[in-house]
Amino acid sequence: MKFLRMKPGHGEVLLAEGDPSVQEDEERLVEEFRRQLDEGMWAAVPVTNAGSGRREAQMVKDYADIPPESERVIFFPRASGG
Amino acid sequence: MLLALLALALIAVVLAMPLAVRRIEEWRGDRPQRRRGDVHSLDELYDPGRERRAEQRARELLRSCVNEEEWGMYRDLGFIRVAGRHARREIDRGARAAYAYLVYPHKPIVAYVPHSGQLLSEYCVEFPDLTGSGGRHRLPASDDVLAKWMALTSDEDRVIRRANMHLIGRQLDPARVRRDLWRLAEWERRRGDRQRVPQSQR
Repeated sequence: MKFLRMKPGHGEVLLAEGDPSVQEDEERLVEEFRRQLDEGMWAAVPVTNAGSGRREAQMVKDYADIPPESERVIFFPRASGG
Repeated sequence: MLLALLALALIAVVLAMPLAVRRIEEWRGDRPQRRRGDVHSLDELYDPGRERRAEQRARELLRSCVNEEEWGMYRDLGFIRVAGRHARREIDRGARAAYAYLVYPHKPIVAYVPHSGQLLSEYCVEFPDLTGSGGRHRLPASDDVLAKWMALTSDEDRVIRRANMHLIGRQLDPARVRRDLWRLAEWERRRGDRQRVPQSQR
């Protein structure tokens, strides 16, 4: 699983990568996930809707919410009124 | 009297000496860091390809996340249509969404009625990265579109609540949006034709 973050002037940046089934990797991923949320990021996972077959995103607020088969989690700044 | 003043001045200088020495040492210690910081910011300023490369990466990420139709729409028209999830009436719960959004890069999201083409409102929303270095807070254009797409398809209510809603015309020219809807209809018609041709040839 890869953690990517959108960054001004960079495009996406790889924050962490690991196999969630390996305890060491999972601990690192959990730590990074929390750090990003503490920095004010939103996290979303691109998924395919089982019913319609269309691509969409699923917002995740906790590491445990990440669908197990996910290959990547994308962190992006939270929305604010423009 | 003069002698007393000189003595007082001497005492003041002696007392202030440790403080002055400490300040000088701090200033000398900071100097290399400041220089490095200056070079770093100059690097960021004088890299003309940086934003272009960032946008290229952002486009690839967007392409890997959205539907093929949405990617084609963005590539050809410069915006993406996202269907609204809510429906007030039972009749609106059909295959066709009761309302939809046009998602532009770094511009407000426009809500409209696909059936009639009626423009509803503008939702001004941005995704500023306040942790960004070098004073950069704005995401590349395609990242901005992807952020809006992810927010709308995952938690429409949250992003709409956070946005500032305005009547159409505050930031976007309504005539331009109507032209974009016409372009979208034409694009879909041509796309439909292209998809039907191979089927009819079978």
